[in-house]
Amino acid sequence: MTERTEQDVLERIERIRRRPPRVTDELITLSHGSGGRATHTLIEAIFLDAFRNPLLEPLEDQAVFSVGSARLAFTTDTYVVSPLFFPGGDIGDLAVNGTVNDLAVSGARPLHLSAGFVLEEGFPVADLRRIVSSMAAAAERAGVQVVTGDTKVVQRGKADSCFINTAGIGVLERPVRLSVSGARPGDAVIVSGPIGDHGITIMLARGELGIESDLRSDTAPLTELVGLLLDAAPSTRFIRDATRGGVATICNELAQASGVAVILDEEAIPVRPEVRGAAEILGIDPLYVACEGRFVAVVGGDETEAAVAALRSHPEGASAAVIGRIGDDPPGLVLVKTEFGGMRIVDMLVGDPLPRIC
Amino acid sequence: MRFVDEFRDREKAQALAASIATLCEPGRRYGLMEICGGHTHTIYKHGIEDYLPEGVELVHGPGCPVCVIPMGRVDDAIWIAEQEGVTLTSFGDLLRVPGGRGSFLDAKARGADIRMVYSPLDSLRIARENPGRRVVFMAIGFETTTPSTAMTVLRAAAEGLDNFSIFCNHVTIIPALQAILASPDIQIDGFIGPGHVSTVIGCEPYRFIAEERGRPFVVAGFEPLDILQSIQMLLLQLHEGRSEVENQYTRVVPWEGNQRALQAIDEVMEPRPTFEWRGLGWIPDSAMRVREKYARFDAERIFSLPANRVADPPACQCGEVLRGTIKPWECRVFGTACTPETPIGTCMVSSEGACAAYYNFGRFSRQRVRQATSA
Amino acid sequence: MCLGIPGEVVTLDVDRPGMATVNVGGARRQVNVMLVEEDGVQPGDWVLIHVGFALAKIDEEEARLTLSHLEEMGQAYRDELRALAESRID
Repeated sequence: MTERTEQDVLERIERIRRRPPRVTDELITLSHGSGGRATHTLIEAIFLDAFRNPLLEPLEDQAVFSVGSARLAFTTDTYVVSPLFFPGGDIGDLAVNGTVNDLAVSGARPLHLSAGFVLEEGFPVADLRRIVSSMAAAAERAGVQVVTGDTKVVQRGKADSCFINTAGIGVLERPVRLSVSGARPGDAVIVSGPIGDHGITIMLARGELGIESDLRSDTAPLTELVGLLLDAAPSTRFIRDATRGGVATICNELAQASGVAVILDEEAIPVRPEVRGAAEILGIDPLYVACEGRFVAVVGGDETEAAVAALRSHPEGASAAVIGRIGDDPPGLVLVKTEFGGMRIVDMLVGDPLPRIC
Repeated sequence: MRFVDEFRDREKAQALAASIATLCEPGRRYGLMEICGGHTHTIYKHGIEDYLPEGVELVHGPGCPVCVIPMGRVDDAIWIAEQEGVTLTSFGDLLRVPGGRGSFLDAKARGADIRMVYSPLDSLRIARENPGRRVVFMAIGFETTTPSTAMTVLRAAAEGLDNFSIFCNHVTIIPALQAILASPDIQIDGFIGPGHVSTVIGCEPYRFIAEERGRPFVVAGFEPLDILQSIQMLLLQLHEGRSEVENQYTRVVPWEGNQRALQAIDEVMEPRPTFEWRGLGWIPDSAMRVREKYARFDAERIFSLPANRVADPPACQCGEVLRGTIKPWECRVFGTACTPETPIGTCMVSSEGACAAYYNFGRFSRQRVRQATSA
Repeated sequence: MCLGIPGEVVTLDVDRPGMATVNVGGARRQVNVMLVEEDGVQPGDWVLIHVGFALAKIDEEEARLTLSHLEEMGQAYRDELRALAESRID
């Protein structure tokens, strides 16, 4: 019998990871909502399996299709954040900006949103007013309108205060074809600003951990920043906004879909000191923490400088930075060169360090 | 961040790496056991092995308090959580550890009130704010954490709380080290000692390892430079034929430990005659239980636990990993049946477990990456 | 779980003896300092925090000594590298 070497074991593991996912759990757990591995397995094994069609298959954050001569982008997102109100915004801001951003990162101009509410019996009308007022302000800032909606009320205890679903439609006027499978060796990975602000703000706002800071959620519409990026770097391969699961999750999705290695440089990743401090206390890696107003983009090596300069010219993009590059080996893996100089893997998130973050 | 960034300096790391390389005899293998789960985590997180020559092998030890909890105790905790009116509070690390009937997270999905806390004081606050609930704190950890639990019980006593108790699974490091040293299939030349446990127990307790068992022992900090410097100090001892206990982590660890912390532990708790450690079997005087005086805060006295012994799944080789006799990838189910998402054993669940650390951070061929990234 | 991080004491809580506000890179938390009180804890001191308790005071002088020892080693290493670069066998 031959001795297994470490290399044999690693290769066997990679083969197994490439197998189609199956859901073996009988009950939904919080891990399924984290945006990490369990979420992906759920999506592929249950939703994709049942709905399978060419528009859904790419599993981008939006579907892009043609109607007549128009190219449209269509997306939806549901917001279950707790607490509803936090420094920097509220669930209403997230509900508008989040969906606007899913449209913007496909290169589309966001047009219209729908808004569906599930309200718990006993929820204060004053809070609802506040949330809706935030949504109106956010919509105006983002240049979109809420054109249709729905409201349901469920008995006390059957929904935690207020859940909101928004769906959005946008129109693609640029000839871009952005795709998660479009990264090529030699490309650069860019982030539009400091990471982890939203997730940590929410964690602290829950008050359970007794940590205070001056952090605010970074919720904001990304349409203008995306526009600047695409003007400066027309052959951008891919853009995605970093929500639950954080930058690490996007990089993993990218590595797997494009069959490339993503090699990040820890020192180059912008993180506010308060986020770093809180993350150290909690034992969380900022790479996995949700943002609500940041995107990760992959641009060709030759357009990188122009791209970063364009982003930095906008107040929201002042800290934009190149955080890594695309390599060809090992494919499907995300690696980070640590501050210290050593290398480690950044894997898909397992479990859920921060439930109900957005 | 102060006291962190300075100890991650790349240039100093290179200097240490050079010194380490010169201290290694060509062709000789140096097995250095890093006992503490926090060290395992740091080593992989910062890619420290990239700075070590081939002859130096880091062997993972049993210092991961989540990893050594037997499945039966997890089941007991879930049983407690399922009792009427109980809120079980636990560190986040434990939530996905599989017992015989699933993990805390699974029990939560079935309806148990299980909440994550960062500190035992958070459990106390939950107890204060919910007088109608019986709040139980799942207390785990080596001597680093035991004083905090003890202080919390003292606080609960001072406040006269009647709805708070702990399920005590605190363990002690020295008996675990004795068990490791007694194991025949171990080839360890020196120990990287647990920095934070030592802030409590001090450095004296490790003397027997250096003096009677002839292995150098260096108490190490947790930043990458601390670990590299400790390795350099161990290799220097081996090179010079010395065998001593040294303290690398002088900025935090006092040689005599923290008397106040030891007093708090002694006031509230006493050693158990024996305790089962996952993978290491029953070890005498290796764990703590609540003293009679504080019985009203002892979940084991308040609830009549089923206390079933649950055997580890036959495929699980956590014991061998915890003893350092096999590396994570040598476990027959590593990465295949046992992954962080579908863990069979504790080593794959805890963020300090050797298998989790290797799977999450180290699971790539350093050869290939060096070639690919040097371009 | 061995997770101990350094934090700076900002204020001692007057209303609750034994508690202090500690700052970690801008994130502030209430920490129980009863285990280090006998060493005397003042605003500006640095402590090692673990699960909401300060386990030890960080000795700044020792930290400085450790770092300067590492710096010396680094200097010796750089000196050697330079010596190596400068010695050429022509």
